[in-house]
Amino acid sequence: MSTNPIYRVQGLRKGYGRGWELDIPELEIPEGCLYSILGPNGAGKSTLLRVLNLIEAVDIGRIEFKGKEVLAPASTRDRLEITMVFQRPVMFTGTVWHNLTLGLRLRHLKPGSHLGDLVDQLDLGGLLQAPASEISGGELQRVALARALACEPGVLLLDEPTSNLDPYNTALIEHIIKKAAQAKAMTIILVTQNVFQARRLADQAAILIDGKILEQGEAGRVFRKPENPQTAAFLSGELIFKQKGDTDEYLLTQEN
Amino acid sequence: MTEVLSISLVTLRVTGTATLLAALLGIPAGAMMGIFRFRGRGLISVLLYTGMGLPPVVVGLVVYLFLSKSGVLGDLGWLFTERAMITAQTIIAFPLIAGLTMASVEALEPDLRLQLRSLGATPSQEAGITLYEARSGVIASIVAGFGAVISEVGAAMLVGGNIAGHTRILSTAVVLETRRGNFGLALMLGGLLLALAFTVNLLLLRLQAPLWRRR
Repeated sequence: MSTNPIYRVQGLRKGYGRGWELDIPELEIPEGCLYSILGPNGAGKSTLLRVLNLIEAVDIGRIEFKGKEVLAPASTRDRLEITMVFQRPVMFTGTVWHNLTLGLRLRHLKPGSHLGDLVDQLDLGGLLQAPASEISGGELQRVALARALACEPGVLLLDEPTSNLDPYNTALIEHIIKKAAQAKAMTIILVTQNVFQARRLADQAAILIDGKILEQGEAGRVFRKPENPQTAAFLSGELIFKQKGDTDEYLLTQEN
Repeated sequence: MTEVLSISLVTLRVTGTATLLAALLGIPAGAMMGIFRFRGRGLISVLLYTGMGLPPVVVGLVVYLFLSKSGVLGDLGWLFTERAMITAQTIIAFPLIAGLTMASVEALEPDLRLQLRSLGATPSQEAGITLYEARSGVIASIVAGFGAVISEVGAAMLVGGNIAGHTRILSTAVVLETRRGNFGLALMLGGLLLALAFTVNLLLLRLQAPLWRRR
């Protein structure tokens, strides 16, 4: 664990129905690193990301952001340094440019040269005056990434930013993520199911299964020598769903 | 002809003011109902939807009782004036505008407001943009409210009294001329009523298209 975490989460629980959607006794995310959260569908990854964006309420738990305890959901001021790219980004009525500059306008800031660089790097120059409702899936994710980065956040949260994208768009987005992680003192938290992508990009990694973090640490170590058997099974693609007794409930397990 | 013009002007003034007041009250109320979750929200939703079917004559009766000399608001002296008609018609249009605004805000993509918060929107910025994104439904709610009040007779007749040159509007004039057997004039007034409604709705529907796409 870093001595200088940007997030410190303790005793976090968020419930739904009969169980806990998230049950995380402790989580620390070091400042300035690219932290990847991996897990299967329905593990609670997107919920955890919204909690870290401080826009989602939790039932129990304590969240510290930059050493200060914050509420979840937090006030606008407390979450201005954090932006998120949603798995299915929402575009608002207007042109691509209108959407790109939305975060800046909400903060009463004017677009600077930084946004022009982003537009070039993400190959969005020809799209700026196009209606945002008419762009393709790959363009949508690129616009969403540029919109989040335009605010020059301290923390960038990415919820499966390349799922269902073609290799060109995936490579472009991964390139910008790497560049942002290297050039800025930015903490990037990447949620993905793609183990190969996490291996390519992450400094630190956590494995989230059924709302619980089963393993976390330096990415190379987690991917090479996972200590938890369930983590090892997930990373090697051997995890299966198994029926729980005669009930209609299923568990993720590596046992046959 | 001067009388028809006067009736048309009173109609536009009364229904226009009532629609405007109902929109000023109903749009924020509907937006709040659509955005926030709070105790009693379900009951208020049912009351709003019930209010959409309020019979104008019942609204007219209640407003009449309040504004009559022995009523709680009798001292205002509003009975048989345009103000009484505007009050009754605002009550008729309010649930339509609030209820349909609520439904249109609820129908937006669930992640829309989370996305706004994630981009740093304050609660008031979030409400404003949410309402803009729901504008088609909001405009439709105003159209529905206006349609309900321009076509109603019961409340206008009861609290306005259908006084020539003062509180006579197109719908009450149609009833009067039909009773007198002047079917031709009644039909002409009915046509004028439809033409007014058509023109106002045309203008309102122009607002549904986003500014950047309007031609």
